Amino acid sequence: MRYQHQRFPFVRPPDLDGRGVRVPVLIVGAGPVGLALAIDLALHGVKSVLVDDGDSVSVGSRAICWSKRTLEIFDRLGVADRMVEKGVTWKVGRLFHRDKEVYNFDLLPEPGHKHPAFINLQQYYVEEYLIDRARDFPELIDLRFKSKFVGLTRRADGVTAEIETPAGRYKLDTDWLVACDGVRSTVRALLDLDFVGRTFEERFLITDIEMKAGFPSERWFWFEPPFHVGQSALLHKQPDDIYRIDLQLSPEADPDIERRPESVRPRIAAMVGDRPFEIDWISVYTFQCRRLERFVHGRVVFAGDSAHIVSPFGARGGNGGIQDVDNLAWKLAAVLDGRAPERLIATYDEERIRGADENILNSARSTSFMTPKSSMERIFREEALAMAATEPFARRLVNSGRLSLPCSLDGLSLQSDDDGFEGGLAPGNPCVDAPIVDPLGNRAWLLDEILGDFLVLSFGHPVDVPDGVAQLTVVAGPADCADGHTRVQDVDGLTARRYGGIPGSAYLIRPDQHVAARFAKPTAGKIGAAMERALGKEAA
Amino acid sequence: MSEGKLDTTFRLGTRGDDVYAALIAAHDGLSDDESTRLNARLVLMLANQIGDAQIVIEAIDRARAIGPSGPQAEH
Repeated sequence: MRYQHQRFPFVRPPDLDGRGVRVPVLIVGAGPVGLALAIDLALHGVKSVLVDDGDSVSVGSRAICWSKRTLEIFDRLGVADRMVEKGVTWKVGRLFHRDKEVYNFDLLPEPGHKHPAFINLQQYYVEEYLIDRARDFPELIDLRFKSKFVGLTRRADGVTAEIETPAGRYKLDTDWLVACDGVRSTVRALLDLDFVGRTFEERFLITDIEMKAGFPSERWFWFEPPFHVGQSALLHKQPDDIYRIDLQLSPEADPDIERRPESVRPRIAAMVGDRPFEIDWISVYTFQCRRLERFVHGRVVFAGDSAHIVSPFGARGGNGGIQDVDNLAWKLAAVLDGRAPERLIATYDEERIRGADENILNSARSTSFMTPKSSMERIFREEALAMAATEPFARRLVNSGRLSLPCSLDGLSLQSDDDGFEGGLAPGNPCVDAPIVDPLGNRAWLLDEILGDFLVLSFGHPVDVPDGVAQLTVVAGPADCADGHTRVQDVDGLTARRYGGIPGSAYLIRPDQHVAARFAKPTAGKIGAAMERALGKEAA
Repeated sequence: MSEGKLDTTFRLGTRGDDVYAALIAAHDGLSDDESTRLNARLVLMLANQIGDAQIVIEAIDRARAIGPSGPQAEH
């Protein structure tokens, strides 16, 4: 059963009648990144206007593979339960070379986490759930469809944007403009900015097909399959009997011919045999591993594909964009309410360029492995594949996409030194989940308790914290809320083990659930200094 | 890992892709003959680094037993 696209009506904004007001944040583009940003800002109490030239969610599955860290972010935003329930959870990948399975892997997710390693879910569902969630904040999120961003004037303290609608054009003043308008970003074009990096000659044909087939929930990847000679192929199962098939095309292939249904149909039939299928969506994708040199340009900030683009292997596009939002939203909120200096936004550049570079490096290497350029490169690949069946080490050299893992911000300017801590999570790492019992006696998850503002996570007993800073204490004994301190109970000692949390130690956690600092012997003074630093008040 | 025995488990930690990329980059711009000679130098250097003749000979035998890649290997 195919997805039914709902159309969202154009609603005449007050700006067209001269009653517009300056907004803190204007978000251009209501894809997953723009919508997630609006919700994250709303959770921090920040108003935004979100404009999109379309009137519905995405056509085609596009970003389908959502990683555990992204699900944790989506959980913070309030949409992960729906996503996991609807999505296809998978953990096994199989790799084929020609007509043989070379090896398979099981991601073997560690038990004791709320979210699975990966789910597959079409981007249109993710956008639908995010739009539903955005509607929970009518006072804070102003979602404007059929509203095309067409121009901007930049000033030191903001941007005036020009928006075109079916009822005419208007100007909108904003403190910050965040461009979430994708790989063909209008904002980027108007600022005359270009990507740096590498474009490959190869393309991938990407299709969604509807098919009744008993394929398991696994990632199947082929090098040089019999049904697509000399190229690579990927099969992913999605909800609603929709399968995603990616087929590599040679550099000589003409994308305009390849995207015709009459060209695609025989390619799919060769792969799925005599099973009946219907083509739901066809796209042709050029391999690119590129980014903007900087993501922050005065009061204009780029997030998601408008800032960086990677090849579609390894689940690094959509996930990278959501991780941008996770990093940016709390910083914008802190600057807008005057708690942090404007230079905090510059650390979005520092931190997310590290993430983008990691994604670009991994995705460029996977792409190179799929598209050997010299005869020696081809020989190395063939022999790695030939050895993979019997030599375990060779399996780890075969590269069909390195699956996205959270990026560490270790050593960057907002994080403090490690204050004599051993084991656990170094500053810069995202918090790791674990099962707990909350003060009401319910089984719960640690990450569900690490929400909102900065938080001190202490072990064994509450520690002295600066005034107004929230604290959560993990204890071995029963959870309670007595004496104004929230204590949650560790389950099987997992939180203490994962955090290396000995009694009396503490972590300072950023609003994006990353470790800012940790202390073997915390004091309110040390925690306060680390917090100042994490808010960008202190030069690194 | 017992001494004098070839270990075919993966031993490069988080750096496997770095090593692979460095190998491919080293061949950049070389002719087939130059590439073959580079590979020979590398094999000899690494054999010496392993420093255990028994392991090197076992690796030679094993690599030899796996190849050639089979009848479909023409490109």
